Amino acid sequence: MIDILSKRYLYFAISLLVIVPGIVLLALNGLPLSIDFTGGSLLEVQFETGKTPATADLVTLYEEAGINDAQITATESGSLQIRSSFLTNEVRDSILTAMKEKSGSEVSVIRFDSVGPSIGKQVASRAALAVAVAALAVVIYITAAFRKVPNAFRYGVCAIIAMVHDVAVVFSVAGIGALLFDWQIDALFLTALLTVIGFSVQDKVVVFDRIRENSSLLRKLEYEKLVNHSIVQTLQRSINTQLMTVEFLLLALALFGGVTLQEFSVILLVGLFSGTYSSIFVAAPILVLWEKREWANWFKRTETAQ
Amino acid sequence: MIRNLTNRIIVIVLIVLAALWIDFSRQINVLNPLNDETLIKRDLTPRLGLDLQGGLQVLLEADLPADAQIDSAQMEIAREIVQQRTDALGVNENNIQVAGDRRIVGEFPGLEDTESVLATIQQTGLLEFVDTGDFSPEKDTVIQTDYNQTAPPAEGETVYRTIMTGADLKTVAVQPNSLGTSYVINFELSPKGADIFAKHTAANVGKHLTIVLDKQVISSPVINEAIPSGQGSISGDFTYESANAFAIQLRYGSLPIPLKIVETRIIGPTLGADSLDKSLVAGLIGMVIVALFMVIYYRMPGVVAVVSILIYASVAFAVFKWFHFTLTLPGIAGFLLSTGAALDANILIFERMKEELRNGKNLSQAIDQGWSRAWSSIRDSNLSTIITSVILFWFGSTFGATIVKGFSVTLALGVLISLFTAIYVTRTLLALVLKSFKFDNLERWFGI
Repeated sequence: MIDILSKRYLYFAISLLVIVPGIVLLALNGLPLSIDFTGGSLLEVQFETGKTPATADLVTLYEEAGINDAQITATESGSLQIRSSFLTNEVRDSILTAMKEKSGSEVSVIRFDSVGPSIGKQVASRAALAVAVAALAVVIYITAAFRKVPNAFRYGVCAIIAMVHDVAVVFSVAGIGALLFDWQIDALFLTALLTVIGFSVQDKVVVFDRIRENSSLLRKLEYEKLVNHSIVQTLQRSINTQLMTVEFLLLALALFGGVTLQEFSVILLVGLFSGTYSSIFVAAPILVLWEKREWANWFKRTETAQ
Repeated sequence: MIRNLTNRIIVIVLIVLAALWIDFSRQINVLNPLNDETLIKRDLTPRLGLDLQGGLQVLLEADLPADAQIDSAQMEIAREIVQQRTDALGVNENNIQVAGDRRIVGEFPGLEDTESVLATIQQTGLLEFVDTGDFSPEKDTVIQTDYNQTAPPAEGETVYRTIMTGADLKTVAVQPNSLGTSYVINFELSPKGADIFAKHTAANVGKHLTIVLDKQVISSPVINEAIPSGQGSISGDFTYESANAFAIQLRYGSLPIPLKIVETRIIGPTLGADSLDKSLVAGLIGMVIVALFMVIYYRMPGVVAVVSILIYASVAFAVFKWFHFTLTLPGIAGFLLSTGAALDANILIFERMKEELRNGKNLSQAIDQGWSRAWSSIRDSNLSTIITSVILFWFGSTFGATIVKGFSVTLALGVLISLFTAIYVTRTLLALVLKSFKFDNLERWFGI
């Protein structure tokens, strides 16, 4: 049988390697919150071919309407995305009229999102609450479901640690995506994050359930071997479900699903993969580490190094 | 082994037929054969969300201090008024709901003329007849009245007396004026209003009676003579559209709570159509690859699983259509993810079954054991997904984030239906196949 658990510190290192860079980026650049959470406006417009005005002209146009923080980016399809502080519908109409006059072109609105500043803040705090409540509910459920196993609360705690790991991976990807592709944390990101939390637990439950079953069947086996045995037994299912089916569906969505869903699918893709990875390489090893109280050895190691 | 296999198969066939019927119909009409009365009538046109067909979404919030208590009954009245106003504008497809305790979310899929809707819904619509004495304020100026004062008047500003409000109007109609150059709004007052109006006009002949909407002057005619009949008209350079919009405000009354637009989302029709095509194609490609994998890897059970997933998809789609769920992009994603959950249940069972076969159990023992052993995993893991969906739904509904709501509903329902197909359908089909064929070569048929 494959010995998965003996290299556990290697897996922890790999996880850190994925998590740390993105989190550092986020710490340096701040969370790339979208207008869903900060309030503000995003206006995407398309001009007739060849009549798209210069960026500076549009900025002036916004300034004339009293909006001094317009930022303009061109999209691949040739339309312009203009981000600014909150626009009322009246101001937006006057800006659009001015655009038509200045450019002499028809202006079609592809998308317009405008979120008032107060609502954005409330959404942000409510979203944080939603994530916290979801995590808590899931942990309570696991502890209850495993109440007959010795040290049931350890399973709950390990599920939280692995869940925090998955959330960190998702944020790390968001941080890297923000740098490379101008991604933003919006309501869809939040939806993806909550889904990752839900499915992360689903994976842990499958592995833990096998440990639960084996612990009554194979009482004499050492705990590490028992956990290792359970992981190997569920490995095929994890690979088949996650890699071959769910990830394939999401990959198809990310590749062919159009711009709107791209970021959402990539976040889900990485997050769900992380969920499977963490149940085998994070949650289960921590269970063993806890059983053996390995933290005592950490100090010994530093002593011998001295 | 499964008993009463025939019954189970009949149940499945009936469910699939009903699902397919709903999937492929636009409308269902069932008549009672005895007396030709309609038994079931259901419109099944699929509803596409804003992100798929374009349109407008607005979030209105009570324009009151944050700590003010808001009566939920008044919010409901405000919602109805907003609904009536948009219906009167001729916007057919709309969905207006109270979200949380101080917000109303309005959705108008496919709407292209967003301006008139935005202008109409948020106006408070408070009409006042104001006594301005000898003074005739200019059209469109804002004046202060003593009714429902919003802000204390500035230094030296006059506060005029409101004689009555639009609440006393009984009927309102738009008509062209006598010259045919413009439109006027004819109104009839309630008995109480007529009485007030008669007394005031009798006592103030030669003075101005100013008509204001949301404190803004519409017109300021001179009272030529006493008007005892309780009928009158408002003129003020109206086009047909502006007169009609004004009449709508008057007809459906003023909002009990002032509302302001705190969020607007407009999605152009091209972006929406593009997303729909692409995500459907993406979903299809994904499904085909997954089906191929299942068949190649799991052989005979894989085929059964694919059939079971197809049944799952048709049942889920029928449920979504029947309950008029709006199809959104995250909704499609939620549906794909729940398909993943349905597959996971099948895979858990098959892996377990193969293990039992390798341990030397015979086929029917292996199938039974596979089911009973995999069940606790399937149950616990899917329940945790449902818990998350419920929390997502709650988050989505308080903020009118219908996109989040759509995702959570499809995910939760999909997971529930997938439990049914994995436990009931796959198992029954597998038993049926076992009964009908003899498998002498386990390696080949089950891919051990």
